[in-house]
Amino acid sequence: MTLISPDAVFCPRCGQPLGPAGIAGGEHAVCRRALDLEPPRYCVYCRRRMIVQITPSDWTARCIEHGETTESTWAPA
Amino acid sequence: MTEQVATQPTTATTSPTDAAADILAVAREQVLERGERLTYDQILAVLQTSDEQLEELLAIAHEVRMRYMGPDVEVEGIISLKTGGCPEDCHFCAQSGQFTSPVRSVWLNIPELVRAAKLTRDTGASEFCIVAAVRGPDAKLMEQMRAAVAAIKGSVDINVAASLGMLDAEQAQDLADMGIHRYNHNLEAGRTYFPNVVTTHTWDERWETCQLVKATGMELCCGGLVGMGETIEQRAELADQLGELEPHEVPLNFLNPRPGTPFGDLPVMPANDALRCIAAFRLALPRTILRYAGGRELTLGDLGTRDGLMGGINAVIVGNYLTTLGRDPQEDLALLDELKMPIKALSDTF
Repeated sequence: MTLISPDAVFCPRCGQPLGPAGIAGGEHAVCRRALDLEPPRYCVYCRRRMIVQITPSDWTARCIEHGETTESTWAPA
Repeated sequence: MTEQVATQPTTATTSPTDAAADILAVAREQVLERGERLTYDQILAVLQTSDEQLEELLAIAHEVRMRYMGPDVEVEGIISLKTGGCPEDCHFCAQSGQFTSPVRSVWLNIPELVRAAKLTRDTGASEFCIVAAVRGPDAKLMEQMRAAVAAIKGSVDINVAASLGMLDAEQAQDLADMGIHRYNHNLEAGRTYFPNVVTTHTWDERWETCQLVKATGMELCCGGLVGMGETIEQRAELADQLGELEPHEVPLNFLNPRPGTPFGDLPVMPANDALRCIAAFRLALPRTILRYAGGRELTLGDLGTRDGLMGGINAVIVGNYLTTLGRDPQEDLALLDELKMPIKALSDTF
């Protein structure tokens, strides 16, 4: 699988800056594992907290600046 | 208040030594053969059994479940009508407005609720629970619920349950009149540990809401969480107090430590301890629906999920939770099929 976006700057779980390893490695390895059971909470481009709505079958996460992410378009790493 | 206190369970504090002597034989004779729930000391003894005894313990709990509840598994979906911004400080919860959790406050609209109810029903579920992160419902939330329940009942054949915090008698009756089938209000923890978990309301207030729900004729769904730093004695206390309360359903949650909450750094509960809890709760509640709720994916994984279903669990929440994600519903349904545990039909839920 590939990174969410090569332009991603912030971790979608903790909101901290991503290092050279991206979300798959380094200090964000724990975040990456957790994202198997969590939707993203922070916009990876601007670090805003997103509005997340979860239903039994899917979820959406919306950044007021960068738009909506859905389960079907999401691939953390 | 005096009357309420008089109806609350008293928890024994004597040593469990005697009861622990051969607790598995006691469980088999007392619970399986006679259908009588375990006492506090006996629950404690179950929670103190060794890993070597775990397989036999789960087998007894499974036999109890099969004898008194049958092979059916009740399937439910849950959804958050109002997420985040809660004024309460439940230390496990990412939806409290008192912590620095990344969860933002948001409301779900009624068309989305109806859509989710339909998709939930498509999994074979008989129960759809609408949850709001509030201390208790205000007039606006009650009106939202009225509209939501009517919309769902008008287009989806599924029982609607609710979890809206603490109720007064009028609100409880109003929800029953709307057609709410079951109301969830957890004790969360045993009475002695509760002040370590919540400081903005009391265990007694929760107990009181549970009694109000039962008085309306709605089914009561009342459980709690384990793995929040409580002692084994306090874990046994929760199971014993739930046994005293006699809810229709007990959802058993395993702490999933959420970032930003006071319990965010607690370790995940060991799987064998979680399985012992499942068996202990089944033996404390032989005739109650015992549901896998939050945290099972993290605590038990796939193998442990199977072990729990073969160790006393007879209900599941399918799909996602309120702020975290669950397994693919199809994986759970395939597991139930493999275990020859049919999904409870809607017609069997009344």
